Amino acid sequence: MDLDPLLLSRIQFAFVISFHIIFPSFTIGLAAWLATIEGMRLATGKPIYRRVFDFWLKVFALSFGMGVVTGIVMAFQFGTNWSVLAERSGPIQGPLLGYEGFTAFILEATFFGVMLLGRDRVPPWFYFFSCCMVSLGTMFSSFWILCNNSWMQVPLGHTVVDGKMVPEDWWAITTGPIVRVRWPHMLFAAFLTTGMSVIATGAWYVRRGTYPAEGRVMLHWGLGLVAVIIPVQLVFGHLTGGYVVKYQPSKIAAIEGRWHNEKPASEVLIAWPDVENRRNLFAITLPPPWGSMIDSGSTTAEEVGLDSIPPENWPPMRIPFFTFRIMVGMGVIILAVSWFGVWLRWRGRLETTHWFLWIAFLSFPTGFVAVLAGWFTAEVGRQPWVVYGLLRTKDAVTPSLTGGDVLFSLIAYIVVYAVIYSSGFYYIYRVLRDGPAAEVRGALPGPARATALRGGGE
Amino acid sequence: MSAIEPSGLALFWAAVIAFAILVYVILDGFDLGVGILFGTTRDAALRDEMMGAISPFWDGNETWLVIVAASLFGAFPMAYAVFLPAFYIPALLLLLALIFRGVAFEFRYGAGGRAVWDWGFFIGSTVAAFVQGAAVGAMIRGIPVANGQYAGGPFEWLRPLPVLTGIGLVLGYALLGAGWLIMKSEGALRDWAWRRISRLAVAVLVVLAIAIIAAFIARARMTGNLFLDRPWGLIFPVIGLLAIYGVFVAARRRRDAWPFTLTAVFFIAAFLSLAVMFWPYMIPYSVTVGNAAAPEKSLSFLFWGAGIFVLPVIVIYTFVVYWVFRGKLRKGYG
Repeated sequence: MDLDPLLLSRIQFAFVISFHIIFPSFTIGLAAWLATIEGMRLATGKPIYRRVFDFWLKVFALSFGMGVVTGIVMAFQFGTNWSVLAERSGPIQGPLLGYEGFTAFILEATFFGVMLLGRDRVPPWFYFFSCCMVSLGTMFSSFWILCNNSWMQVPLGHTVVDGKMVPEDWWAITTGPIVRVRWPHMLFAAFLTTGMSVIATGAWYVRRGTYPAEGRVMLHWGLGLVAVIIPVQLVFGHLTGGYVVKYQPSKIAAIEGRWHNEKPASEVLIAWPDVENRRNLFAITLPPPWGSMIDSGSTTAEEVGLDSIPPENWPPMRIPFFTFRIMVGMGVIILAVSWFGVWLRWRGRLETTHWFLWIAFLSFPTGFVAVLAGWFTAEVGRQPWVVYGLLRTKDAVTPSLTGGDVLFSLIAYIVVYAVIYSSGFYYIYRVLRDGPAAEVRGALPGPARATALRGGGE
Repeated sequence: MSAIEPSGLALFWAAVIAFAILVYVILDGFDLGVGILFGTTRDAALRDEMMGAISPFWDGNETWLVIVAASLFGAFPMAYAVFLPAFYIPALLLLLALIFRGVAFEFRYGAGGRAVWDWGFFIGSTVAAFVQGAAVGAMIRGIPVANGQYAGGPFEWLRPLPVLTGIGLVLGYALLGAGWLIMKSEGALRDWAWRRISRLAVAVLVVLAIAIIAAFIARARMTGNLFLDRPWGLIFPVIGLLAIYGVFVAARRRRDAWPFTLTAVFFIAAFLSLAVMFWPYMIPYSVTVGNAAAPEKSLSFLFWGAGIFVLPVIVIYTFVVYWVFRGKLRKGYG
């Protein structure tokens, strides 16, 4: 049997990172949401905010635990399966990812404990402060990840010595033009992901009439926040596209389905790309200069097509082409749901418009799907490079690996994740289904980190 | 590859990693050891009490492993890129074992399926201990490196010497765990643990003796000095033997704090013995600390945030947790 360790390692990485990203994108948003609600409770003293807070705190603890466990697995992937990458770019990626590990630890060790256990042991202002610090910590943690990934997308601030990528300018690496737009793009994506989950949960309760008061708070706050954030996110999404146009011609050409250089360029809305013959089938296209206006903000700019890039430098074109459209589609749904919901509320018909509550409920995965699709666009679109322009993915894989090793580890991860996470997901579902009133106070376990999963099998 | 003198920062980070490994081995060692002992009794009350004796500590203990990995990748990326491929399957088993064992703490209290999670706890603890010990054995044999990458096969860690050190560490952690239970409990559990101390200490000594013989047989493969250049280093094995002798004395006199403390001394002595054997190599016997170190710009970037701010916080946090939960096991633990 001929097993390719490279292909299997790529599948394994895609598997463990796709599982992982679900949790941080949810918890970054949840931490901010909890800080907001706790702030409201502190300001107004209304007990309803406390009930909403305690309810989401439980969901937060569970998701945080699963994020930590899947994150530790990630920390080992670079070394086990991509040791050439770890060796060559380690002087830059090592400290960045090291800082992420340290940041996450500090966060868990200190203020997260206060959040879970300290409600009755610290003054209210300090409790609120702890919530804010946890929220800041999750954002900071994502900052290091985005620094690291942005550097892999567009390496800067480095020199190459004996094949190793050595840091030259940490300031450029940590505050470069790419991370400045991609970090906010990720943060807002996380806020929207959580926002849509809060909206859906609220809509669920209001529609069923089970916890109408708490449900209304979730629905109103969620819709308001998402309605404000989504246009900002569209701006940052556009700016993120701007860096791709500037630095990654192969990725933008794949995303746009652009086969030939065009001046000015047209814009493919949707199509079935025919890679073999370098053309699009069933295309719906906006005429020139729409493509140039969207990509370069100009009516006359020339846009690069895949034709002028050697095929060995093409990404697997269909994946970024479609995942990008899925991400944008989710953004449009989020925009429509949140703005229409706010309009309904303004007309005073939100809680009685049952078909809308159904749609709001069913749109809970939109944020998660958008995050996954966006990361697939960024990561698959970067191929065949692991560090764009410097190191190819096929050259980065651990040389001593055999196909059998990776097949074994891949199956092991799939089996263990299936067992552990089906319990975890089921538990989160149960917490959501049972709602705020069913909650038992102070039920969260000791220093509840990786295993804030108490009762998952109950 | 010619040896590069390690810089001050490289030495700092090597010391941090050595310290973090030592703390990890002693701290997670006792809770893994309790997990191993957990599988040797069927008494539900003893089992619950064992869980209680480690539940406030175990996850904090495991974060020291994260410190080791983060510092290694940050400061010695080359060593990180060699060790993890060299231990591809052991690292996988370690991660999965720690995950299973971790969720068992919570899942076993759920209705139904307790037997499954209890087995997961025992097996996870044992596998985690074994692969750590096997990694030490494989390091003693030496890790082949070519062009900055691991150049050995996937099962070097299943040779006789690594298997022996793996079994040795399982027993050693069990001894440490028994010492912890004696220190933290009273009544039935303490008596239960006392009855196991001498037997475990004998078992550790026997396996260690066989492992040392095996190490000398495998000597042909090694280029390490085995104390020949550094005879003063033999002080550490001597201290280790004295500590184990102290464990036997303690077992006769029933001093509650002694077995754990002396076993910890034994582990520190064993660790320092290995350090004397390996120095100046970070990857024995291929890559030195100086050669594995990241460039100064990477080391100092890491130092000015993680080194002087984060590490002290972690040390303080560890002290606070152990202080809050000091003394004998009481109700309301965990």
